[in-house]
Amino acid sequence: MLVPGVEIPHLCAQCSDYPCVASCPTKALSVSERTSAVLVDNEKCISCGKCIEACPGKVPFLHPATKKALICDLCDGDPECVKACQKANFDAIWLVREPQVGFGGLSHKLFARTPEEVTKDVAINLYGEKGEELI
Amino acid sequence: MPRGYAGKFLDVDLSRGTVKDTTFDDSILRSYVGGRGLAAKILWDRLGDRWNTVDPVGPDNIFTALTGPMTGIYPGARICCSGKSPQSNGIIGSTCSGEFPSELKCTGYDGVIVSGKASSPVYILVTDDKGEIRDASRIWGKEALEMTKILTKEVRDELKRRTPFAANCEPGFIYCGPAGESRVRTAAVMQKLAHAAGYGGYGAVMGSKNLKAIVAKGTKPMPDVMSPSTVNILREKVEEGIITTRDRMRRWGTGYGGWEVAARSSSEPVRSWQDEWHDERAFGGDKFDAKYWVKRYWSDFNCVTGCLKLAVIKAGPLKGAITDNPDYELQAFLGPNLGVFDPGECIYLAALMDSLGFSGINGPNTLAFVGELYQREILTHDDLGFELEWGDVKAFERLARMIVRREGIGDVLAEGTYRAALKISQMKGVDVTPFAVHVKGVEIGAHGTRSGLDMNPIGYACSVQGGDHTSRVVDAYTDMQSVYQDSAVYCSFCTFDPNLVWEFHRALTGWDVTKEEWYTTLGPRIIHIQRAAELIGGPDITWDPAKDDDNPPRYYEPLPSGPFKGKTTDRAVVQELKREYYKAIGWDEKGIPKTETLQRLGLDDVDRVLRRIRK
Repeated sequence: MLVPGVEIPHLCAQCSDYPCVASCPTKALSVSERTSAVLVDNEKCISCGKCIEACPGKVPFLHPATKKALICDLCDGDPECVKACQKANFDAIWLVREPQVGFGGLSHKLFARTPEEVTKDVAINLYGEKGEELI
Repeated sequence: MPRGYAGKFLDVDLSRGTVKDTTFDDSILRSYVGGRGLAAKILWDRLGDRWNTVDPVGPDNIFTALTGPMTGIYPGARICCSGKSPQSNGIIGSTCSGEFPSELKCTGYDGVIVSGKASSPVYILVTDDKGEIRDASRIWGKEALEMTKILTKEVRDELKRRTPFAANCEPGFIYCGPAGESRVRTAAVMQKLAHAAGYGGYGAVMGSKNLKAIVAKGTKPMPDVMSPSTVNILREKVEEGIITTRDRMRRWGTGYGGWEVAARSSSEPVRSWQDEWHDERAFGGDKFDAKYWVKRYWSDFNCVTGCLKLAVIKAGPLKGAITDNPDYELQAFLGPNLGVFDPGECIYLAALMDSLGFSGINGPNTLAFVGELYQREILTHDDLGFELEWGDVKAFERLARMIVRREGIGDVLAEGTYRAALKISQMKGVDVTPFAVHVKGVEIGAHGTRSGLDMNPIGYACSVQGGDHTSRVVDAYTDMQSVYQDSAVYCSFCTFDPNLVWEFHRALTGWDVTKEEWYTTLGPRIIHIQRAAELIGGPDITWDPAKDDDNPPRYYEPLPSGPFKGKTTDRAVVQELKREYYKAIGWDEKGIPKTETLQRLGLDDVDRVLRRIRK
């Protein structure tokens, strides 16, 4: 929370071109065939941080204890964060089921942004000109 | 009385100031259904013999605002506006959503047919089984927001005076903005500030009749349907289908396309279609989402899709603009096509277009056309009175207001892109028609043909609706679904399963219309009337199928950048597909419907009139 009241969940946007996977020097990252999420092979990960640099939203991070890369694996297709949010009836995070129509689905990559960037927009949406002062 | 219909139509003659009810035989309603189909039938019956002499913006034209049997019962109610189009000189069915169509059906009318011209500004008020012509001098010349406030108050006060204890007196209405009043050929029929029936330019037809608005408030129930239980089951099926599978449409509408269509399929207009690719991520749907959207769903009555979002600019120099969040078409035409790549600026221009009553597709196309002429130094500071660089929001605003006031060059531009191009070619001695992006006078929707991933090559060229992207031609059958949607008048974004609508239609009306019958007889009948009107055209412009059943020249220029760089529409392919389409739908090699086709469809009167041009 960089501006009071403006909470931005920082989640993997599931880019369809996988810049993180492409950046990994040891091929520790792979794409799940079933869920299309990114999977990390802890044996191969050398904690270099290249995937974090490659991510347009800076979403991955290194596990504080093991120092291995942590990237959203969509909880094997049934994300716990969505379940928690829906259970609480906040409805802030939900699954958007996506039929493969049009030009191959929504451009997820656009949503890979840092919370700092998104906060600036949302603060103005919520507070108007006051939001500009708060940033 | 046929089921699904209120049963009668309001026939208004503004010249004489008379209002009467009119009805149509069940057989006509069964064939032409309503909306676009019935409008084509009415227009042809009343004007067909003298079609080429009728001035679209003169008193002879007829303006129709019709519903269909599905309207208000199937999710996504719309009203279909039609008449002789000031853009194509043919018949175009143009729809927009809102509460007006449902209100209209509840007054006991299925539609309003307006002929003649009032001597001073008027609006038509439709209440239960009654229509009246009222003075509109108080709202004439007003921009959308102010007009809406005054008109709503006036009508509410009047209705409350008549029935003091009425529960709800909030009316629905369609209106034309200042652009329509000035007979700008790219003016839309508007509803609810931001909803527009743009293609066809029927705002200009309303304006030319001195008709500011049609207002409806009904207190009767919706019409009976043949089988209420079946309709209920089908309705729930459609709604559930939309809710469970259309997450993306419900979450973003088409407002995520501003970056996507350009970057991924290279088919979004950029700087008057000079390019169709850009990679400005600042223009992504998520940026609109985070900073400007203030309401997740803004549905019209009876819609479960809710693709509309409300956008407000809350800070910065453009502060204060309110509109529905630009959908993909408006994002494209008021964004990249004018060289604008900032979501806020795009929303500002969208709000302006809505406020002035421009069609958000056709109007900005003309603006971009001028932008290109300025870039090529054909039009200069001397012609415009100001600089017009790509991306200059204030300059484009100034130009739009000049068009509405018909000041200087604005008077020429008010005639739409193609007519303006002809005039400017004359004025400047340079042929500027290759820069005009239109098909048969109708400016094209934001889906290019060049990359091959979006619109098919003859999608516009062979469509009886010209540049309308919602009525695309692939083969002789594809268009029939859009003809049905516009005739039964419901929203294409609420079509969950295209086959389900036929069951819906049968349960609703009790008529045994099948998909096969529609695709082979009833749909083509409507297409053929539209085709005949388009071919005869006049009085200012007529179309030659050999030359005009084609894409604009721009679509044959190679794409200058992006992943599809160098790719373009193949002329040979277009000609081949065109020949196949003519043959399949029953037209001769010149593109004129054959006598035997028209006889099979029972359109002998159309054949008689077409004989004039068939040499």
